[in-house]
Amino acid sequence: MNLSFKQLEDIALRVRAHVINMTAGGGCFIGASLSITDVLVYLYTSFLDIRPDTVTDTDRDYFFLSKGHDVPALYGVLAELDFIGRERLQHHLSTDDNIYWHPNATIPGIEFHSGSLGHLPSVAIGVAMDIKILGKENKVICILGDGELNEGTCWEAMLVAGAYRLDNLLFIIDRNQFQANAATEELIPLEPLGDKFQAFGAAVKRVDGHDFSAVASALDTWPFEKGKPGVLIADTIRGKGLPSIEQRADRWFCSFKEQEIAELLQELKGTRISTITSETLVVR
Amino acid sequence: MSYEQLLTDTALSDERFIVMTAENRALIRNLPPLLGQRFIDTGITEQTMIGAATGLALRGRIPVVHALTSFLTMRAFEFIRTDIGIPALPVKLSGFIPGFLSDANGPTHQAIEDIALMRGIPNMEVLAPADEDDLLQMLPLVWHSESPAYVRINNRKGDYKHGPFVPGKAEVIGEGSDITLLTYGLLFEQCMTAAKILSAEGLSTGVINMRSLKPADEQAIVTAAGNSRLLVTVEDHLLTGGLYSIVAETLLKHRTTADVVPFALRERWFRPALLPDVLQHEGFTGKQIAEQLLGYRVSCAANSVASNAFEE
Repeated sequence: MNLSFKQLEDIALRVRAHVINMTAGGGCFIGASLSITDVLVYLYTSFLDIRPDTVTDTDRDYFFLSKGHDVPALYGVLAELDFIGRERLQHHLSTDDNIYWHPNATIPGIEFHSGSLGHLPSVAIGVAMDIKILGKENKVICILGDGELNEGTCWEAMLVAGAYRLDNLLFIIDRNQFQANAATEELIPLEPLGDKFQAFGAAVKRVDGHDFSAVASALDTWPFEKGKPGVLIADTIRGKGLPSIEQRADRWFCSFKEQEIAELLQELKGTRISTITSETLVVR
Repeated sequence: MSYEQLLTDTALSDERFIVMTAENRALIRNLPPLLGQRFIDTGITEQTMIGAATGLALRGRIPVVHALTSFLTMRAFEFIRTDIGIPALPVKLSGFIPGFLSDANGPTHQAIEDIALMRGIPNMEVLAPADEDDLLQMLPLVWHSESPAYVRINNRKGDYKHGPFVPGKAEVIGEGSDITLLTYGLLFEQCMTAAKILSAEGLSTGVINMRSLKPADEQAIVTAAGNSRLLVTVEDHLLTGGLYSIVAETLLKHRTTADVVPFALRERWFRPALLPDVLQHEGFTGKQIAEQLLGYRVSCAANSVASNAFEE
């Protein structure tokens, strides 16, 4: 797809509206969904070689959403790009469908399920290894949350990806500075994060994850370095697009009332600041 | 034929096979130059190896993965359950030195809950061969089935010539109207000795080599319960979740019961030592099993147990 940054912004706005709507009737992980939205929109429109009619092609690019709980943003992207019908988003949390709080691989465009953190880096490695064995060119992309990096298996996978020189593999870190209940730097500090990945053998770039032009500049240079797995640290804002919940540790998982959702949709368009009062659900 | 030869032949004749290890090469030392990129050693990373095997399976490969069983089935348990188990991918787990075969390594290496853990995963096949011959009978079918599978590797030489492996079927060796010994793995050899002693003492004794613990041969268990006065389960596994549990579940499911004496580890790990000494100390030699059941000592010589030729 050859879309202008303005067109990407429009798609991202619609995806964020889908995410907000999914906070109804049980809620969803809104904060992390809104932080990764722009990266997902860029990947699916401008970087990944995957379309609704190629989701099972052997030569497709592979996309893995390891952090999992940000899947409402991915559902929104898949709906906007016609991998699934938009009406299917109404099925969120319904037992008649498989659209719930973490990805399910029966949904077209969802490559593999996730939810348990630190799993998909190694699954992505296996796919990247097979592509290397066959001498193919498919790209393999795996998004991780910054909180997810607490899991040792992320770093174990980095060692193995480096050892096997998987330069067809890109890890993108949604660096929104928060894990479930706390700021990462206050709980288990990650910085200097780029240095850590570099020391593990990766070629690292860091960009503003809400700036399409910056993301494009970084990914235009893919593969980052021959013989090394890539890491793109996307600096993002949890809750991006909704000033009333941005960067708030207590707005991680939210279930909003209809009136609040209406206000938030207006806030998304920049026409008002909402006055949400619903408590954040404590799910862990 | 050995495990390594069979795996080599299988992988060389079928491009789908990938041989993986978390730096445990005891059974596959000669494969790297033969398989090239289809031999993958991820280092001491059981979890990452299982994740990578998942990715390879998503691409249509059949990964045969190797690690010491305690680390494979426990450290990587959640990866096996979540990544291989949920989509039921055909990843084949070869767990090395299970149960008493960990000899003198100590409790860290004692996989005595592996059967319980693996059979708890939906769609996972669980196999426990009596010896190398039994192992080689089952592997071609296990490796070519469409299910994930866990093989409790036992490649010790035995002197029994096993019949062909039929998936989900036990190998019934003699019907005993007094006693039937149900077993799997290396203790098969001890059960054969025990059966010989018990028969010599006038008790009609049969042995069932379970081979496949999931699916288990329910018919063989129910038939034995109907034909024998006493069932005896013999396993180098905790009492919980292994063969004793399988027998109990099966009898209940078929609304019947039996007198069952279990030989298993009860709420503890075993004393680490060389294999023959472990068996003796823990009371799992054929002679000890027979004497325990008879309630008196017999004068026959103790059967010798070959040391475990495991190297790491």
